[in-house]
Amino acid sequence: MGPSDGRPVTAHVRGPSLRDETETASVMMTAHEITRASASVPVGLLQELRGILSAAAVVDEPQRLVVYECDGFVVEKNMPDVVVFPESTEEVAAVVRACNRHNVPFLPRGAGTSLAGGCLPVGGGIMIALTRMKAIHEINLRDRYAVVDPGLVNVHLTQKLKGSGYHYAPDPSSQGACTLGGNFATNSGGPHTLKYGVTVNHVLGAEVVLANGDVVMLGGPTEDIPGYDLTGLFVGSEGTLGICTRLWVRLTRDPAAYRTMLAVFETVDDATVAISEIIGAGIVPAALEMMDQGIIEAVEAAFHFGFPLDAGAVLLMEVDGLELEVDAEATRMESICTACGAREVRRANSPEERLKLWKCRKQAFGAIGRLSPSYCTQDGVVPRTKLPQILQHIQDVSRRYDVRIVNVFHAGDGNIHPILLFDERDPDQVERVLAASDEILSRCIDLGGSVTGEHGIGVEKINFMSRLFSPDDLAVMGLIHDCYNPEGRLSPGKMLPVLAGCGNEHMPRRVPGRKAAL
Amino acid sequence: MSANSPTQAASPSTATPLGATIPYERFLDCVHCGLCTASCPTYLETGDENNSPRGRIYLMRAVTDGRLELTDTVRGHLDLCLDCRSCESACPSGVQYGRLIEPFRVETQIRDRREGRTEPDSWFQQWILYGMFPYAGRLRMSLAPARWAQQLGLDRLAEKMGLVRLLPAKLQRMHRLLPPLKPRGAAIPHLLPAKGERRARVGLFTGCVADAMFHHLHWATARVLQANGCDVITPRDQVCCGAIHYHSGAGDPALALATANSRIFGAEDLDAVIVNVAGCGSMLKDYGHVAEEVAPGSQETAELLGHFAGRVRDVSEFLAELGPLAPPTPVPLKATYHDACHLCHAQQIRQQPRQLLSLVKGLELVPLHESEICCGAAGSYNLTQGEMADRLGRRKVENIIATGAEVVIMGNVGCSLQIQAELKAAGSSIRVLHPMEILDEAYKPAEE
Ligand SMILES: Cc1cc2nc3c(=O)[nH]c(=O)nc-3n(C[C@H](O)[C@H](O)[C@H](O)COP(=O)(O)OP(=O)(O)OC[C@H]3O[C@@H](n4cnc5c(N)ncnc54)[C@H](O)[C@@H]3O)c2cc1C
Ligand code: SF4
Ligand code: SF4
Repeated sequence: MGPSDGRPVTAHVRGPSLRDETETASVMMTAHEITRASASVPVGLLQELRGILSAAAVVDEPQRLVVYECDGFVVEKNMPDVVVFPESTEEVAAVVRACNRHNVPFLPRGAGTSLAGGCLPVGGGIMIALTRMKAIHEINLRDRYAVVDPGLVNVHLTQKLKGSGYHYAPDPSSQGACTLGGNFATNSGGPHTLKYGVTVNHVLGAEVVLANGDVVMLGGPTEDIPGYDLTGLFVGSEGTLGICTRLWVRLTRDPAAYRTMLAVFETVDDATVAISEIIGAGIVPAALEMMDQGIIEAVEAAFHFGFPLDAGAVLLMEVDGLELEVDAEATRMESICTACGAREVRRANSPEERLKLWKCRKQAFGAIGRLSPSYCTQDGVVPRTKLPQILQHIQDVSRRYDVRIVNVFHAGDGNIHPILLFDERDPDQVERVLAASDEILSRCIDLGGSVTGEHGIGVEKINFMSRLFSPDDLAVMGLIHDCYNPEGRLSPGKMLPVLAGCGNEHMPRRVPGRKAAL
Repeated sequence: MSANSPTQAASPSTATPLGATIPYERFLDCVHCGLCTASCPTYLETGDENNSPRGRIYLMRAVTDGRLELTDTVRGHLDLCLDCRSCESACPSGVQYGRLIEPFRVETQIRDRREGRTEPDSWFQQWILYGMFPYAGRLRMSLAPARWAQQLGLDRLAEKMGLVRLLPAKLQRMHRLLPPLKPRGAAIPHLLPAKGERRARVGLFTGCVADAMFHHLHWATARVLQANGCDVITPRDQVCCGAIHYHSGAGDPALALATANSRIFGAEDLDAVIVNVAGCGSMLKDYGHVAEEVAPGSQETAELLGHFAGRVRDVSEFLAELGPLAPPTPVPLKATYHDACHLCHAQQIRQQPRQLLSLVKGLELVPLHESEICCGAAGSYNLTQGEMADRLGRRKVENIIATGAEVVIMGNVGCSLQIQAELKAAGSSIRVLHPMEILDEAYKPAEE
């Protein structure tokens, strides 16, 4: 039985196509109810899973699987056949081996905040939820690392380190919910990525269950381990090479001092010139974020910070370091902004004001609900110097497709997040939003950038891979994929298109969805 | 379709699907980002998306859409929700989770009654929850033997002899939750006049559960208000806030209680109605919505309840607004503060109690890990969802003990009952106090 359009979802998927229909548990549904791409799992596998894990840790009732049919990306949906909640590496490995014996696909899931459908169980199968593996095993301040489970929520590590003088640097806007395993798989970044780098710069080592069930250790707590940098290879592999079951992460010393500033510009152009000038002057701000007029309006309505509503754009800037340095740098940034036409530059005068500014920025997208019933956040990257061009292009696109687009993004990295506003109940608007998104992302590629800064490829952007990479590039990635995941049972249908040029056409984009991001 | 299809949509004969009274935009407000998940106590404990806010919204929406039937399994996930609103604090999209789950529960309750479903719980709900809690007098009477027994030490004896175990499980839980009851003092008179310069005239809400079990707390609250220059009016005939009814889906009795309170306090000329129990406070502030949901279209009810709701203040919120006077007497204690859900999530009151406590000389306030995670009390939750309540209670108490504090302060008696019982079970001697009890001590005239 296939999804509602009658086409079997498994057809184009890299990996095994399902499955011995004769040996099945009897759970079937009609299409208008809960759609399931695969009708069943072998009874034998279910029994084995129940032997490996406690009864409560194996969920196969369809009513309880519904919530697992999508993550933060809601355009495409498919239920897994079973969700399991292992509590140890051994249990994960045993589940993986059982899936292999029965030729059933499987994939890991953290908090399900992926915005690219990373947790979509393409072709059904077994979903391995790592949310019960969330211990902090060790905090070693002298050697500056922590050993943690993959299901640990990013912010819980930060909370645990409060007062120690150290922190875990990668701070995605979703840090209150996303897991370190998910960060590992998607190589997450955040506002402070500009100075401190992305997840791969902060993972020293990882224990990984490979697709065949073998458990291997990559890297380790010490720096500069000889041999291939497999940690680097696995970080950002979106769960297609192995399941991370433990991480050794770097701890970073808290900066002695901060200065947080808000520069107000008449136009977006002036603000982007200021960004280039600041970076060009050799300053490395801890964060450099831009919000345009549309976002300012929404954020002001939500948080009443006192943003000027007539400004074309604001830059949220932060420098950190030693008390002596930060003032000098802040002053330099202020004068650069003024020289680029800033109307005013304010400093946050208290820790509370700083926190409130960051809250406005990190929760900006939530406030968008105040501007329109639906919205779609895009995630693209361009070289920083091309920011004025891509922003000009976004304005053009907005005009041509008659779609309102507002912008808030990590300006320092050239990571843009145009947010397209629409009403999902109007099919014509939906079409225009899809076409507009496509055009913006294509332009990012033309400008020498990429179609994802931090949200990953997942299933959402798999079609772009063959436009981003040459067939040869993709073939090399394919070799690596096949080396670790030769049968393709682990996370099928993710990140790499099956053949160059042949994406997941079986899942046409009908709705851009109401996505949240930044 | 096979006969045992578990997700079979509700049979077409059911006239309106569940959730039909909920404006659909409230579901659409949820963009499925998942940022709320890690703030949810039941998700923290189970790691199951079905027990997360995003998951529950998804389930309710699927039921409303007719995609999913409200089976016992689905219902179990919804019932496990504490209605603590931690998810509302976490949600950047402004999802009004309480205004989804509460009307959904009301509808479920109505459907059950219509279909004549008897649940094993109903005697308990009928007699203990709806029958006893709402009427302070009745609870007071029913607690009288408990109070005597405690004073005579008989409860200890009964506990030792295992007699408590003969009670039905739910009554056992109630027994365990009973606080050490103080001898009942004099009734609070209708008017307690301000001390010093008169700065405000306020009404004191004493509710039901709180009145019977925490009589002394109301006295403490009244004295603190007097010390801050307030005339305190305590209407005799006020009734239960109706929270227990409303949150367990009994809309009509809730509306009746809300109307009564609004009339009774409305008859006095007051600057504010003061509450010292967070659970009651958030319910009182929500009367406007209750009117909207239970009696849609009645302009008169909406105005009466809305006007009352607009004047309700938590005592710490009120004092912080008024500008508290400096308390003269030191209270040398190492203390920590637990954020009651109904203060921090439902009313967004976090700083005010801490600010008041920081005025007290000698009081050292140390931070509590996970201070905003529900302790498992959640109104009547500790009576109806025992297992999860215990897990959350233990989690809370572990965090409290780790602070090394001598007392733990909180602004909700439901939490106090739960945390006291868990501390006792853990063999801890940490005392549980309300901010007003500390302030009451601090406002006593300084000794020469
Ligand atoms: C509001 C919002 C804001 C966001 N902001 C940012 C941001 O600023 N920066 C950013 O980088 N991202 C951001 N994201 C995207 C997302 O939060 C990140 O990609 C995050 O790392 C995902 O973590 P998770 O635990 O939710 O993983 P999931 O969504 O559960 O999984 C993501 C992918 O990782 C795989 N995976 C999960 N756990 C493991 C594991 N243990 N081993 C191997 N593979 C695994 C899954 O199979 C899936 O492919 C945002 C998302 C939202 C909703
Ligand atoms: S309730 Fe709010 S935080 Fe939770 S998933 Fe929905 S929009 Fe996100
Ligand atoms: S109200 Fe509390 S228990 Fe219920 S979903 Fe929200 S956070 Fe979870």
